[in-house]
Amino acid sequence: MFDVAIIGCGVIGASLAYTLSQYRLRVLVLEKENDVAMGTTKANSAIVHAGYDPAHGTLMAQLNVRGSEMMEALCQRLSVKYARIGSFVLAFDEAQRAQLERMLENGRRNGVPGLELLDSETAHRMEPDLADEVCAALYAPSAAVIDPWGLCIAEAEVAVRNGVTLALRTAVTGLTDAGDHVRLHTTAGDYDSRLVVNCAGGWGHEICAMTGQDEWQAYPSRGEYYLLDKSSGDLVSHVIFQCPTAAGKGILVAPTVHGNLIVGPNAVDVDDPLCRETTQAGLEQVAAIGRKSVPGIDLRQSIRNFAGVRANTSEDDFIIRPAAALPRLLHVAGIKSPGLSAAPAIAVYATQLLADMGLPLEKKPDWDGTRTQICFKELSEAEKTALVARDPRYGRVICRCETITEGEIVAAIHSPIPPCSVDGIKRRAGAGMGRCQGGFCGPRVLDILARERGVSPLTIGQDGDGTYILAGRTKEGAQA
Amino acid sequence: MRYELVIIGGGPAGLSAAYAAWGAGCRSICIVERDHALGGILGQCIHNGFGLHYFKEELTGPEYAERFIELVGQTGVAIKLDAMVLEITPDKRVHLVSSAGGYEVLEAGAIVLAMGCRERTRGAIGIPGTRPAGVFTAGTAQRYLNIEGYMVGKRVIILGSGDIGLIMARRMTLEGARVLACVEVMPYSGGLTRNIVQCLHDFDIPLYLSHTITNIEGRDRVQGVTVAKVDADRRPIPGTEMHFDCDTVLLSVGLIPENELSRGAGIRMDPRTNGPIVYQDMQTSLGGVFACGNVLHVHDLVDFVTAEAARAGQAAAAYVKGGRAPSGRTLAIENGALVGYTVPQRIDMDAAFDAVDVFFRVRAVCGASRIVVRDAAGAMIASFGRAHLAPGEMETIKLPRVSLDKAQGALTVSIEEETK
Repeated sequence: MFDVAIIGCGVIGASLAYTLSQYRLRVLVLEKENDVAMGTTKANSAIVHAGYDPAHGTLMAQLNVRGSEMMEALCQRLSVKYARIGSFVLAFDEAQRAQLERMLENGRRNGVPGLELLDSETAHRMEPDLADEVCAALYAPSAAVIDPWGLCIAEAEVAVRNGVTLALRTAVTGLTDAGDHVRLHTTAGDYDSRLVVNCAGGWGHEICAMTGQDEWQAYPSRGEYYLLDKSSGDLVSHVIFQCPTAAGKGILVAPTVHGNLIVGPNAVDVDDPLCRETTQAGLEQVAAIGRKSVPGIDLRQSIRNFAGVRANTSEDDFIIRPAAALPRLLHVAGIKSPGLSAAPAIAVYATQLLADMGLPLEKKPDWDGTRTQICFKELSEAEKTALVARDPRYGRVICRCETITEGEIVAAIHSPIPPCSVDGIKRRAGAGMGRCQGGFCGPRVLDILARERGVSPLTIGQDGDGTYILAGRTKEGAQA
Repeated sequence: MRYELVIIGGGPAGLSAAYAAWGAGCRSICIVERDHALGGILGQCIHNGFGLHYFKEELTGPEYAERFIELVGQTGVAIKLDAMVLEITPDKRVHLVSSAGGYEVLEAGAIVLAMGCRERTRGAIGIPGTRPAGVFTAGTAQRYLNIEGYMVGKRVIILGSGDIGLIMARRMTLEGARVLACVEVMPYSGGLTRNIVQCLHDFDIPLYLSHTITNIEGRDRVQGVTVAKVDADRRPIPGTEMHFDCDTVLLSVGLIPENELSRGAGIRMDPRTNGPIVYQDMQTSLGGVFACGNVLHVHDLVDFVTAEAARAGQAAAAYVKGGRAPSGRTLAIENGALVGYTVPQRIDMDAAFDAVDVFFRVRAVCGASRIVVRDAAGAMIASFGRAHLAPGEMETIKLPRVSLDKAQGALTVSIEEETK
């Protein structure tokens, strides 16, 4: 019997697991994929929004601003890449300038610090590559960029290290109200828990439907992106938005914490959260709108296109409340943008609701909420020398684009949530994230993974289960 | 640690540069190689066809590499393997890290850049669709097959007709895979004619020119692709789509010189080649730093890399002995009609030389043509006849000193097709 079962280990489930791991509780996290951070957490704009956008008075506004306040210290504790670089929302005409003024007012009411309306000259001085047509900008100094899957993985790792049970490849197929607890039926057997939390992201409404009552409709919305090489990473130094529309916050141009430039997303209604393909039309739209903000975007520097799916629903706000038909189930659903920004605050808020639902919160005296991770390229020369002397594997660079060493890859493989795929290594250590996109290091990472896990290279996938890389031995290889 | 000459990269370019510099009397040379063995990409190129120009015989890639590894092994050239250069500074200090030596800084009298190139990826050309496993650059697939001994798929589409893709079409077929088609967006092949014949025609693999992949399908592993014809602007033409069931897409869509270290050192780059701008002695804009091989411009034959790198090695040895950076009278070489780029991009007229070899690629397939070199005043400096020119094959012309002495201002190399 668990005290809390969290369904889904994206950044919301992981944040909640992290928060709950400081209490004397038996916590279970169920994740249907072979790793954490496999849904929208791994494919989004990687922004911590300041919080001027959500309407004042909503849960979204409150949790966005609070999450943004919490994020920097949290990332520091967890060795997660984070940079508070500030954001601009651009106005191209008087109507949009008026929209900026309304956002400024809304943001101040939400408690967003430091908001400022910039005239064209100031905006261009701070951000010289903006389009000439920009006539005003809303500046939010508290906005930041972040490594979103890094945050999720770090929080999940700390949770696991503090006793939380993580069940991967375990999809929930049904929920039974057993009076004083809930029985969770999964693809890997049944689990019992006093309380259950629906953090299933794009699949949140499906979990809800298992209670026998639809509470909302899911309207998944796909966003496509360009990721540009580091040579373009300093084209802008702030997150550059255009004025939001009904479809979302629009297409942004921003540096990433990894030093790249990201351009996107558009918004296209899709059937389900797995519709992550890119399209010619979508990418052209992203490029055209991105260039409206920053004309100098050089798409020849593109190293990757990808798409993520927003967990939009028929409700405007986040859906964080007990389920109507199953009182022991708490929904933390419909967590669309700014869900990543709000994640730490959502976890605190959800924890309070769980307490209201009867969860006893007694702190563990020995809880350690920190995590350290070695990033070789960020060390000083003296630190590098000392590290290689201690462990020569840190002297062997495997990913040459990102300067990721064998030591970092091996450390990732033996971390609290051991990755089983090449992309699992990418998300933890950064190998394969660079301009050659794993062309050079892919075979070497695969080799190290197979060696350290003691399995055949044939069993190593690119990412999720079924993404096999190798199809068998060659004739010569079979004889070897 | 100080060396007169530090060579970054131990592939065919670095090996040849080292051997030539040693032959020119330089006795303090260090090759820094990031892999655990010398030879670079040749190690995985197990097909033959190497060395026809240089050794006048047909060798496999590993055999060609072995010849130079042996030659360099007979010299006193120092070799650091499994050593990654992290930074080159403008004062020619080479920062590197290795398991054996930890973090080291080498002071160099001269540097030869021989880092080679990398393959263009799916992300660089933006193929729409899902992002399943099974999309490989041809070179990565080649490594899996020839070094690791693993097949990467069973039903294969190859995008791009670059030489590695063509070689892999044959290699995958011989290993029992079904190569369904080679798809090339340009109206001509980017590879050598001999590879089109020996790797596609001989195995009845269709080559679709002026076609491209417009969509990749499959959630976990590639399940199929859509191929469409493209118009003159390389835009897919609606209604021309063909569908292929396949589990693998190999990309052979171009190579990019790997110049992050060069850029970090502040060396001036040529956007046409993505390599450094060099003089005829392969010297870059940073005095005492030379470049050769695929880091300078993408070659089609390793024999030409060897020859170019030998020039760089000799010039670096001469620089160490009291050479100079070009500073006086220079002639720029620019590309005119149908010419994509030239190497070198500058001629140092104060240097002693009899003639300058200029390498270039054309931008379209040309029939009988003249390669015409004019100066800024329009006067013809030199002219050469060719029966056939193709982008896949590097061209070279020799410009004698006597002609160059007459030139007024920058030279332009252009192609004038002969009308029938």
